[in-house]
Amino acid sequence: MSARTVVVDYGIGNVFSVCNALRASGIDAELTGSLSAVRDADRVILPGVGAFARAMDALNEKGLSDTLRRYVDTGRPFLGICIGMQVLMERSEEFGEHAGLGFVPGSVERIPDTASNGDHLRVPHIGWAPLHGSKSWEETSLSDVADAAVYFVHSYHCVPNDPTHRIAHADYGGRKITAAIRQENIFGVQFHPERSGDAGQKVLRAFTAL
Amino acid sequence: MNRRLIARLDVKMEHLIKGVHLEGWRKMGDPRERARAYYSQGADELLYMDVVASLYGRNNLSGIVRQVASEVFVPITVGGGIRSLDAVRELLSVGADKVAVNTAATIDPTILSVISDTYGSQATVLSIEAKRQPNGGWEAMTDNGRNHSGRDAVAWAVEGQKHGAGEILITSIDQDGTGRGMDAALIASVAREVDIPVIASGGVGAASDVVKVLSNPDVSAVAIAGALHRDKLTLADVRTACRSAGIATRSTELEVAE
Repeated sequence: MSARTVVVDYGIGNVFSVCNALRASGIDAELTGSLSAVRDADRVILPGVGAFARAMDALNEKGLSDTLRRYVDTGRPFLGICIGMQVLMERSEEFGEHAGLGFVPGSVERIPDTASNGDHLRVPHIGWAPLHGSKSWEETSLSDVADAAVYFVHSYHCVPNDPTHRIAHADYGGRKITAAIRQENIFGVQFHPERSGDAGQKVLRAFTAL
Repeated sequence: MNRRLIARLDVKMEHLIKGVHLEGWRKMGDPRERARAYYSQGADELLYMDVVASLYGRNNLSGIVRQVASEVFVPITVGGGIRSLDAVRELLSVGADKVAVNTAATIDPTILSVISDTYGSQATVLSIEAKRQPNGGWEAMTDNGRNHSGRDAVAWAVEGQKHGAGEILITSIDQDGTGRGMDAALIASVAREVDIPVIASGGVGAASDVVKVLSNPDVSAVAIAGALHRDKLTLADVRTACRSAGIATRSTELEVAE
């Protein structure tokens, strides 16, 4: 039997796009909000767009927070996308302070509005940027997309306490914007693989091959 | 930062159309087919505008968006006739990534904060269609250029940002459909006054028009319509011209290789 990839549907945005991109990548995934499906999955993808607090509220209301915690504790692969990545952190400062799932120590902070040379930076950060990987990024199959540009659209980004948890970044006005994090089996990407053309589909295929 | 090259597709019912000064539309083909072509040329984003939606009070593009979003893997913005959170929800649920609002926001700007509070400012684009005024400045027009909002386009961009817009799409009605270049003064005035990304639209007839407007570092993106629809220009041509001029855009070699 082939591995079961579950895309978590919790009423937060772009699940349709994620499923489309998986299908185009030849990956058969199940879109569901069912707790038992998440519990029994071989791989879990948590998408999401919009506000952090709204995403956390939806996860808590549906009982998904505890189910996801138990799932990642089994060591099976997990991928959070955009807000689905940001909720992995302990807290976010978006519209006041909010608690996250806390799987990865650190916080979600607003992108600086000045470049390293003092110039003004426009926020949201919107556009295609190449990924710059760390050593640990190169140890993952996700690094197949090194040098390719992927699509970002966000005003906040993850700041892990342990810098080795940040495995890739994008440059924005000389600022390092967190593009991907990893803590053992837990992966998160700030960019949108489902909207990043072929490069994004490579990321999805690499994750589902883990 | 790579600047974005956006293919703009104005749609009436099932047809891709293009007018001059937002009027006198001509049919230009199938909006789905052209989207696929622009994706393979390396469009960084697609922008769909329902040009009759505001008149009828509803956006009619969800069928087209649903299909295109399953075949094209770059961000899609949809505009035209969006007046409620329900309309936004429907478009995002079929695969749109952002919505562009014009008329409804000029009537009640709080629709921008309602959308951005729910879906984030990154999904909330304020579309401004601006017409040059005889005594200087530009007025924001509504209902696809038919009606006056009474608002100064530049001041309205600043106000829209305060209400939660995450991006401004600024279209010059005077230049739209002429292929005679963009309204650089309008675009510069808006981009200087806001802190969010600005997409310039209206008037691209040649790659040099894009290079000219992107030589202003405040401009984040350019939307191109008629020149692409008429096959006068490809996005690859524009990318090459930008590169020669030292303007960074996404490298699409990987896409081409596959």
